[in-house]
Amino acid sequence: MADPEIKSYEPHHESRSAAVTESRPVRITLTVLTLAFLAVFLLLPLIVVFREAFAKGVGAYFASLSDTDTRSAIRLTLLVAAIAVPLNLVFGLSAAWAIAKFEFKGKAFLTTLIDLPFSVSPVISGLVYVLLFGAQGLLGGWLQAHGIQILFAVPGIVLATVFVTFPFVARELIPLMQEQGNGDEEAALSLGANGWQAFWYVTLPNVKWGLLYGVLLCNARAMGEFGAVSVVSGHIRGLTNTMPLHVEILYNEYNAVGAFAVASLLAGLALVTLVLKTLLEMRYGAEIAATRGH
Amino acid sequence: MEVRVVNVRKEFDRFPALHDVSLDIKSGELIALLGPSGSGKTTLLRLIAGLERPTKGAIFFGEDDASHRSIQERNVGFVFQHYALFRHMTVADNIGFGLKVRHGAARPPAQEIRRRASELLDLVQLSGLEKRYPAQLSGGQRQRVALARAMAIEPKVLLLDEPFGALDAQVRRELRRWLREIHDRTGHTTVFVTHDQEEALELADRVVVMSQGRIEQVGSADEIYDTPNSPFVYSFIGESSSLPVKVENGEVWIADRPIGLQAPHAASGEAVLYFRPHDVDLLDGCSGCIAGTLAASRRVAGTRRVELEIGGERQRVEIELPVDHPAAQKSRVAFRPRRWKLFPAA
Repeated sequence: MADPEIKSYEPHHESRSAAVTESRPVRITLTVLTLAFLAVFLLLPLIVVFREAFAKGVGAYFASLSDTDTRSAIRLTLLVAAIAVPLNLVFGLSAAWAIAKFEFKGKAFLTTLIDLPFSVSPVISGLVYVLLFGAQGLLGGWLQAHGIQILFAVPGIVLATVFVTFPFVARELIPLMQEQGNGDEEAALSLGANGWQAFWYVTLPNVKWGLLYGVLLCNARAMGEFGAVSVVSGHIRGLTNTMPLHVEILYNEYNAVGAFAVASLLAGLALVTLVLKTLLEMRYGAEIAATRGH
Repeated sequence: MEVRVVNVRKEFDRFPALHDVSLDIKSGELIALLGPSGSGKTTLLRLIAGLERPTKGAIFFGEDDASHRSIQERNVGFVFQHYALFRHMTVADNIGFGLKVRHGAARPPAQEIRRRASELLDLVQLSGLEKRYPAQLSGGQRQRVALARAMAIEPKVLLLDEPFGALDAQVRRELRRWLREIHDRTGHTTVFVTHDQEEALELADRVVVMSQGRIEQVGSADEIYDTPNSPFVYSFIGESSSLPVKVENGEVWIADRPIGLQAPHAASGEAVLYFRPHDVDLLDGCSGCIAGTLAASRRVAGTRRVELEIGGERQRVEIELPVDHPAAQKSRVAFRPRRWKLFPAA
């Protein structure tokens, strides 16, 4: 992910030395190219989403959003995010804590493992769960015997989402915590704090903005995830369809207004995330600068 | 509180950082651990604090074996090299932290904690800065807040890791005097780590000189400077010059000439002569002295440093002359060290 905000740290044209300033035509060409690219690939699709959503008027837009299946898809997406994000907040925080504050064997391996969901195709992530929990899967027989339904049900969707969104919080926190070192915690302990107090009063406040940033990205991905969830969900209308899956179904049924209405919600979520992310970076840029790695 | 370090050894991944170190610190004493980087001084400080556990040996607080007590139980005030102030807390909250995290009846009420913080801020001469954040303070002010925070828990021992290391020279000198005053007023047993000998010699009651994980010498500033007990201490503390010499029948020789120094108790054979460049007598005639050809001359503040080449092997040695001394104009200079010491050749 390239951050456009990085550019804002560059000095003005006037103060730049002539050696690194391109000639005027080159500058204009490059700027126009970039703007054209952004317009075609980012802005235009966004406009299309909203135009299609409102193609048959505001009434049709809200009518398709209040459709029972759509509402249940929205509810499911919110539920999945409400479970997956807190879980990954805890997992990510623990993993970052272990990696940044302690020396142990296999640390490099663990760090790589955390990045796995980024490097594996989401479809494969989903398939792994099918192989594990499916009827013919490793644990399928046992689960069936005990009447536990994981695949094609909410637990499976949550598991797949947790897997895919696992790296976000950890990846934000590891460099931040590594940079901060153990000094503050040692100070807290030397003043008599126990481990929990040191964590609660010192470690957590030190990483709170980085943590929030990670949670924000994690949430955006949890709500938008398609591939992995698609494999494990079974696409049961009103039961196991999340918003992205529902968009696809509606679209395949030529219900353009319905599909784009739901899509507009997801796009809105993306915009809100983007605004919050920018605000966080503007106000706490220094504190989360170490996390610009990916 | 009296602190005793008894035969302590510390290894990091089998690499020894301290070899069998013993040290007695008297109650109320101000002690400096002085040494180059890698000498183990910070490791020793962290062992006393309980931030590290010894591989072997024991650390006593009074009569109490504290070796396996946690840092919380030891009740030490530790001032970190880069202060480690909590950046999201105000100065007052930083100072009150140690009281706030106490449990049950041991925790004073919030109002009392605030009062203590203000009191300590007075002590470190920063009254009125309660509401500031660490980022809004200068380096010297942060240092003082860190000290106030460490003293808030009424520690048995105060430990400071390179307390003035990150400050500029002016502030350093000021804080040094100020730390001495605070120590005299509060009477805490205090141990601080430094690589700056001037700081150690000026500030401490006793200086512990360390090198390569061992204690080389423990003593007052006078003892350390006037009677160094090893070549390392001689060359690490203050200026020193050295020359390879030979001892025969209680007399010191350079090449084929005796230089007029008697060493009746020294064993015959190869040795190294150490002396201070400023602690020499300049001689006119030379029967029994060190004579050399002037190789270089530099003006250093109030004195003149000259480099002499001695004997056929042209050993270089430095001595100090008064600025207007005529010897600096000559091509040959003769001198004899006033105070000196022989160490066996390495």
